[in-house]
Amino acid sequence: MVEERLILLRDKEIPDINNYDVYVKNGGFDALRKCVSDHSPADVIQIVIDSNLRGRGGAGFSTGRKWSFIPKDHPVKYVAVNADESEPGTFKDRQILENNPYQLLEGSLICAYSIQATAIYIYCRGEFWDLAHDLEACIEKLHKENLAGENILGSGWSCPIYVHLGAGAYICGEESAMLSSLQGLLGQPRVRPPFPTQVGGGLYYEPTVVNNVETLANVPWIINNGADAYLAIGTPESPGTKIFCMSGHIQNPGNYEVPLGTTIGDLIELAGGGQNGKKLKALLPSGASGPVLPLTDEVLNAPCTYEALASLGSTLGSASFIFMDEDTDMVWATHRMMEFFKHESCGKCTPCREGTHWLKALMDRVLAGDATESDVERLEVVSIQMAGKSLCALNDFAINPVLSTLKHFRSEYDAYLNGEGAKAASKKPVPAKA
Amino acid sequence: MLIEKYADRIEKTFSKYPDKRSAVMPVLYIAQEEYGWLPDEAINEVADICDMDPTQVRSIAGFYTMYSEKPKGKYWLQVCTDLPCALRGADKFHKELKEYLGVEEGGTTDDGMFTVEHVMCLAACDKAPMLQCNFHYVENLDMDKMKALLDEWRAEAKEDK
Repeated sequence: MVEERLILLRDKEIPDINNYDVYVKNGGFDALRKCVSDHSPADVIQIVIDSNLRGRGGAGFSTGRKWSFIPKDHPVKYVAVNADESEPGTFKDRQILENNPYQLLEGSLICAYSIQATAIYIYCRGEFWDLAHDLEACIEKLHKENLAGENILGSGWSCPIYVHLGAGAYICGEESAMLSSLQGLLGQPRVRPPFPTQVGGGLYYEPTVVNNVETLANVPWIINNGADAYLAIGTPESPGTKIFCMSGHIQNPGNYEVPLGTTIGDLIELAGGGQNGKKLKALLPSGASGPVLPLTDEVLNAPCTYEALASLGSTLGSASFIFMDEDTDMVWATHRMMEFFKHESCGKCTPCREGTHWLKALMDRVLAGDATESDVERLEVVSIQMAGKSLCALNDFAINPVLSTLKHFRSEYDAYLNGEGAKAASKKPVPAKA
Repeated sequence: MLIEKYADRIEKTFSKYPDKRSAVMPVLYIAQEEYGWLPDEAINEVADICDMDPTQVRSIAGFYTMYSEKPKGKYWLQVCTDLPCALRGADKFHKELKEYLGVEEGGTTDDGMFTVEHVMCLAACDKAPMLQCNFHYVENLDMDKMKALLDEWRAEAKEDK
């Protein structure tokens, strides 16, 4: 059976690693010290580029390249850490923040050193209320230890760290909406370009690196062990380990950290297989926002990499693996995801605001057993009209569950159309008609 | 007045940001802590503190689910019913909890103790069913555990009186 490889979830081996002394005893802040004393900022960026670390928030963009876009001579620059983890099925950043917070802080500081940032802001979703307050205590400790704040380790570079709490809005996980929210504006996406790394696009319109929690937590290991060691884990295009959030009908739900390239079948085995021994029917590999995959042999044998999931017609995204067993009603599941996207559309772009409303209304009708063939066709038409027409990807995320279930599980929609699904639906609470 | 009662906390909040407007979210939390929810009076105070128009502050408060625009029970229970939780029994749990307390969705018990509503994903999918009670997570729930907790909270509220 495949084994976990723990670079990020070191709390599984060292339970008290959220304690400063324990973290330091286990090599904590060696990487930051090494950067400040031995490496120029440009060297640090080069190491991260060479490691081919890819953004773990979902997009998979080269982390080092993103850092290299920051204009060097610009006086004010920021690091904004995206800890607004809100994708249904995702709970990996929370484990790092709760159980291994110093590793995230060290990674953030190394990033900040590489761009000579003015300050670090950590945008935590508001529901992470308790852990955000614990995180503030960790930050205070770093300021006392001269690892953050004024003249860090005598280098002449100063960089305080602040925590900002969100207040419950999925859209604030989108980087430009997150920056607006932090500035006290409505948490809605911005027009790009300028991108956050450019003048005019970042936090307070200054150049800003926005990275996900898991991405930054990789960085101390890369500095300590070198880019080549990192490249030796996983696959050349998708190196390193990845945390897979296993949820839904899986026997042992939780976070599992394995090298990228591990097969979906091996991951299922690692998490104990289907709940109560049931056969698993479908997988959402990127929470509610990526296309669903039927668990065929081809999918089970596929390596979990950015490329392989894309070639299967889905996406690795944040690797929030939601499993559904053979008894799951895929129409009901799609309806639930539409409720989510309709609620979370921020309302700025018309195609998304109106489109998510109509997709939810049409799914209400299907689930109530009142839909006709033309309603199901309309689901497709509305989705196609929405695609690619908004400032951010929420719009495109929202159509994925609809289009992918229509593609792979059309017979379940047909059952609703000819009355069978409606009977099954009568056993479940049916939402009010739109 | 918030500005007097919470002067230190507001000052500390301002020190984190280059402008006053960025403090609107943290100051809204302080206002909600004081008033229990966000009546116009609270919004006006926050607007004064952050140098904003009350309409702008109201639009921020209305945008997010953790700011309450109407009074809630002493214990505000938000049950996650998103897909991963629903696959592990969250709908049944949410329904039974409402029945047990005799409230509709979003309703508050007659004694003003508990408000129950469903919310979107809380990033605790591996520990479903779960809820947040006044922003603190309570996980791996079933109705037996829940009933014991409700009793505990009732007792806690009595002591507070």
